[in-house]
Amino acid sequence: MGLDIKIPIGLIFSILGLLLLIFGLATGSDPMYQKSLGFNVNLWTGAFMVAFGAFMLLLSGFWKKKAEKQ
Amino acid sequence: MDYSFSLGWIDYTIIIVYFAFVLGIGWALKKFMKSSKAFLEAGRSLPAWVTGLAFISANLGALEVIGMAASGAKYGATTVHFYWLGAIPAMIFLAIFMMPFYYGSKARSVPEYLKLRFDEKTRGFNAFSFALMTIFSSGISMYALALLAQTILPFNFTLNMLGWHMTPFDVYLIISALIVLLYTYLGGLSSAIYNEVLQFFLIVIGFTPLVILALIHIGGWEGLKSHLDVVATANGFQPGAWTHTWKFMGHASTNPMGVEWFGLIMGLGFVLSFGYWGTNFLVVQRAMAAGDMTAARKTPLIGAIPKMFIPFLVILPGMIAIAMTMDPNIAFSLPMKGNSYNYDTVIPMLLRTYYPVGVLGLGITALFASFMSGMAGNVTAFNTVWTYDIYQSYIYSKGSDEHYLKVGQWTTVVGVLLSILTAYVARVFNNVMDFLQLIFAFINAPLFATFLLGMFWKRTTGHAAFFGLLSGTLIAAIHHGLTQPAGATSLVKGGWLGTVVHTYPSQMAQNFWTAIFAFSLALILTVIIALLTKRKKTDEELKGLVYSLTPKITNKDIPWIKRPDFLAIVVGAVAIILTIIFW
Repeated sequence: MGLDIKIPIGLIFSILGLLLLIFGLATGSDPMYQKSLGFNVNLWTGAFMVAFGAFMLLLSGFWKKKAEKQ
Repeated sequence: MDYSFSLGWIDYTIIIVYFAFVLGIGWALKKFMKSSKAFLEAGRSLPAWVTGLAFISANLGALEVIGMAASGAKYGATTVHFYWLGAIPAMIFLAIFMMPFYYGSKARSVPEYLKLRFDEKTRGFNAFSFALMTIFSSGISMYALALLAQTILPFNFTLNMLGWHMTPFDVYLIISALIVLLYTYLGGLSSAIYNEVLQFFLIVIGFTPLVILALIHIGGWEGLKSHLDVVATANGFQPGAWTHTWKFMGHASTNPMGVEWFGLIMGLGFVLSFGYWGTNFLVVQRAMAAGDMTAARKTPLIGAIPKMFIPFLVILPGMIAIAMTMDPNIAFSLPMKGNSYNYDTVIPMLLRTYYPVGVLGLGITALFASFMSGMAGNVTAFNTVWTYDIYQSYIYSKGSDEHYLKVGQWTTVVGVLLSILTAYVARVFNNVMDFLQLIFAFINAPLFATFLLGMFWKRTTGHAAFFGLLSGTLIAAIHHGLTQPAGATSLVKGGWLGTVVHTYPSQMAQNFWTAIFAFSLALILTVIIALLTKRKKTDEELKGLVYSLTPKITNKDIPWIKRPDFLAIVVGAVAIILTIIFW
């Protein structure tokens, strides 16, 4: 049905993951953001989401499709 | 008590970005919606991994996330019976034995299969009852989402619009309905399926850190086991009753579910689960949207793989929450509701405890997404059944394809409006909803008997199917009216015929046995009526609809490792291994 769902999935998880990752880095030393047993849960969740998003984008091979179109 | 969360700008950003993407997917698919087949059947063109994940995600709605976490706290590990026993065997059966008929017959819906196999009246009965049920389910999801949003989002306001004083409940309900309406109106079934895949990943990634953090806090699996032994003994059971799945199923009085093994296996493991996964168009529609027969058969099997592990995401948090509540040394407690804990608050309370600003927005978005996938799944199933099985069959059958595309799109609007109406009915008349749920349970209980005989016995006639189905529904109602669960205080729980001939140890046991009676008697009556009535369909007409008259699928052109049969063996083996580990 025309749309490769791996691209929007890859994009949204990369964007939201990056947002969480940066936020985790910026607030890492603040105990208010470490209420989860001392883990920087924003940082780790963000990093995992970026990795997952990148994996989905790689899987989609979007650059090949773009080259084919051109 | 105030249960609202403290959210930061990043949480709101996550929620807004996510729903912008959801609407974007609908918008991107709009240009492909040029026929009723594209809009209502996703063009039958989707890959198996997409339909497989959507198959699970459509079922991963409010009931699953909030309800199963609540059951995990209430019944412990025995709740996994709804997965490893109450879903996986049925999904394997659907993939191997039923999908060839659904997909191969070119039926566009489950009611249409009944029309091809039996007759118009059997299709009509199924189509009308299913359409009502989907609107009811969608409305309940909408109501639950608005109620949850009102509880956890820190806003208190009143908006005046055209003389209507809107509370936060009204605003959340309208916003969620609008989002679902927009993306299902724009992209039809494809949009619902693609968004269900996105929601699946979001739910997994949004809740996994929660489970890990809570499990670390309680001292890992061993720490959880020792805490749950305290919960079990405090409730009058043997230690281990909250952490074993089968060990205490010998007698209803020895496990927190209050069900014995035969009622569990026959009632849940066979009648109810095969009836739900095998005949409910909401989930079967996902498999029917697949690109070819192999993909259609693989859909339930691909869905079964994550389905086996979802208990670790939704049931385990409930078990951890009750364990921590019973430990005075841990600063966590479920709120009270009357004389017992409010188990429905498990997930929101854990989110509030373990998630700081940031991932909290992710967790809340995952929660809302689960409610919306339930709503969208029901709305898309409703518009297919309404357009093909009711409108085209009984109202106007000579329209062009473009006409039915328009009808499908407008039915989406009507479906969402009816869901909103249902949500308000649920808010005002809670008892009416309990009553409706009961009626639908009576209708569903004998359904699998009709399909089983229809697919595997060519002698089954249309009259037999219809009257077998009706009598099964009636038997379910009579059984419910003559029995009660222990401690029942209202007639919605049973005994409304005035005489109580049997008292079940729990409501769950009563539900399972109602299904067993309805199925068994519907099966017997259908066979008797079939033998007394004349067949109207020839063998030629039943080709592709009945097992004995349909050429067997060999899949010889596919490597054995990629065949649905091999995947079914793998899924079955993993389910058995998990059952043994947590016996």
